[in-house]
Amino acid sequence: MSAADTLRATPQADDTVWKERDPLIDRIPRPLAISGLVLGVVGLWWLVTGLKIVSPIILPSPAETGADLAFVGINLASGGYVLSAFITTTLTVIYAFLMAIGIGFVLGTLVGETKFGERAVMPLLVAVDTMPKVAFAPLFIAWLGFGISSKVALATFIATFPIVVSTAAGLYAASENERFLFKAMGASRLQTLVRLKLPTGLPYFFTGLKIAAVGVMAGAITGEFLGGGKGVGALIRVSASQLDTPRVFSLIIYLSFLGLAMYMLVVWVQRTLVFWNKQDTIGGVA
Amino acid sequence: MERAVAGQSRVNETDEPGPADARRPVYEVERLSKVYPRNRFLALENVELRLGEGEFASVIGSSGCGKSTLLKIMAGLIPPTAGRVVLEDRPVMGPRADIGMMFQQATLLPWKTTLENVVLPIEVRRGRTAARAAMARARELLDLVGLGNATEAYPGELSGGMAQRAAICRMLITDPAVLLLDEPFSALDELTRDFMNMEFQRICMARHATAFLVTHSIPEAVILSDRIYVMQANPGRIAEAIDIALPRPRTLDMINTARFGEIVGHIRDKLDSEGFL
Ligand SMILES: Nc1ncnc2c1ncn2[C@@H]1O[C@H](COP(=O)(O)OP(=O)(O)O)[C@@H](O)[C@H]1O
Ligand SMILES: [Mg+2]
Repeated sequence: MSAADTLRATPQADDTVWKERDPLIDRIPRPLAISGLVLGVVGLWWLVTGLKIVSPIILPSPAETGADLAFVGINLASGGYVLSAFITTTLTVIYAFLMAIGIGFVLGTLVGETKFGERAVMPLLVAVDTMPKVAFAPLFIAWLGFGISSKVALATFIATFPIVVSTAAGLYAASENERFLFKAMGASRLQTLVRLKLPTGLPYFFTGLKIAAVGVMAGAITGEFLGGGKGVGALIRVSASQLDTPRVFSLIIYLSFLGLAMYMLVVWVQRTLVFWNKQDTIGGVA
Repeated sequence: MERAVAGQSRVNETDEPGPADARRPVYEVERLSKVYPRNRFLALENVELRLGEGEFASVIGSSGCGKSTLLKIMAGLIPPTAGRVVLEDRPVMGPRADIGMMFQQATLLPWKTTLENVVLPIEVRRGRTAARAAMARARELLDLVGLGNATEAYPGELSGGMAQRAAICRMLITDPAVLLLDEPFSALDELTRDFMNMEFQRICMARHATAFLVTHSIPEAVILSDRIYVMQANPGRIAEAIDIALPRPRTLDMINTARFGEIVGHIRDKLDSEGFL
């Protein structure tokens, strides 16, 4: 007899059976919850603009923004200038992300694995990280010009530190017994690093990657604000100076898709690579 | 309080020499002392013991008395401050392939299957090809402990007892001369623990293994050991060595015999008189 059969065959006396019931807010399914929340925000937005509480130059109506969203979407799909701006920004973000991963991983391993790194490199990195990194943008532009490289440099600069910290933290994560196990097996330092400490630290590493994925976006767009060029940041600045607020809004919304795509890519790679870590995630995305 | 004199006593009624004395010495711990430099803590003082070939010995003592420290030094994982450890006539000066070790946690790597975990010592010492060649042997060992169906499972899918059985196989895969066990079953529930103890006895008897077990459970020490060293804390030293002359194989119902109770009582008195229970 299957569990379902048992369940059906078991007589239920009403006065003894009780059930647990979650409160209403915990029972809304995800699609309904998300669309409800979005509709609520847009509704509020529509109300604020419809009642003319703020000027349309400051906050365009949802309809205006929607129309512009469609216009930009068509431009994107038909290979217009918005598409080339997005390609530029996407490339900037990808280059910066790869560089941040490379530099962050090497520095993080140095910090987490060697006393030299822990004692000398880490304090200096913290000192650099506490500087307002955006202030370096003019320097990067002076050194690397108005092209893509100065933006890549700024984005890399912003995104590297979280990867250093998370990589180093991951290298401390292996337990004392696991270290003794490897020592007892006669493992070399490199073997212990590659076969024990790095795999154990992977979940930490990915936490850093998620922070960095957001950081490179901010760095790239800031670089484009300040250094011009062909990216989306430059487009946003031009639109804003022309008081074309609906355009700014729709560009930001399309940018958020780019950011989201990067983030979800990291989450997907983590799920695939760190298959053994069945840690609870927040809403399945963090 | 009267201090018991460190020495040997026997809890067997017969006059035959204890099994430990007759055996060829394999493992010798000579006047071992350990001071942890970080806090200058004297963890061990003048610890002496001898393990004969095929002997099963235990160290029993309260937690924090220095059992794990002793085991780590015997395994060559940390250096002693004074004294030395000799295994098979060669002083232990670092990790060695002829020492098998097991901890309270199974410490299986979660990204490797049970089988891959068992051949890990081979993989680390001799490379992937050797590890692949050792897989047939690993399967035999896993079969032996009843994990024949779990070779491809990941540690996350194993129960605590299954994981420790896999750890036993990982320890045995290199055919070590001695087995060192640091409270290997104390994280398991009592039923599983009794079962594992019997299982482990069976394995040791079949291999004529020389084993050294650290535990804080008196019945566990008595049921498994030929000799028990009672350890005193602060600084850690051996208060008494007790030979257990119960016949082998030991069975769980021996726990209910008068003889067993007598031995347990004696050790408990001993631990009591040392003032740490
Ligand atoms: N790495 C260490 N540094 C300093 N003190 C330690 C260290 N490891 C253990 N100790 C101390 O040495 C004593 C014995 O520890 P341990 O050998 O782990 O005891 P047991 O295994 O019997 O519980 C304890 O008091 C513990 O605090
Ligand atoms: Mg211990």
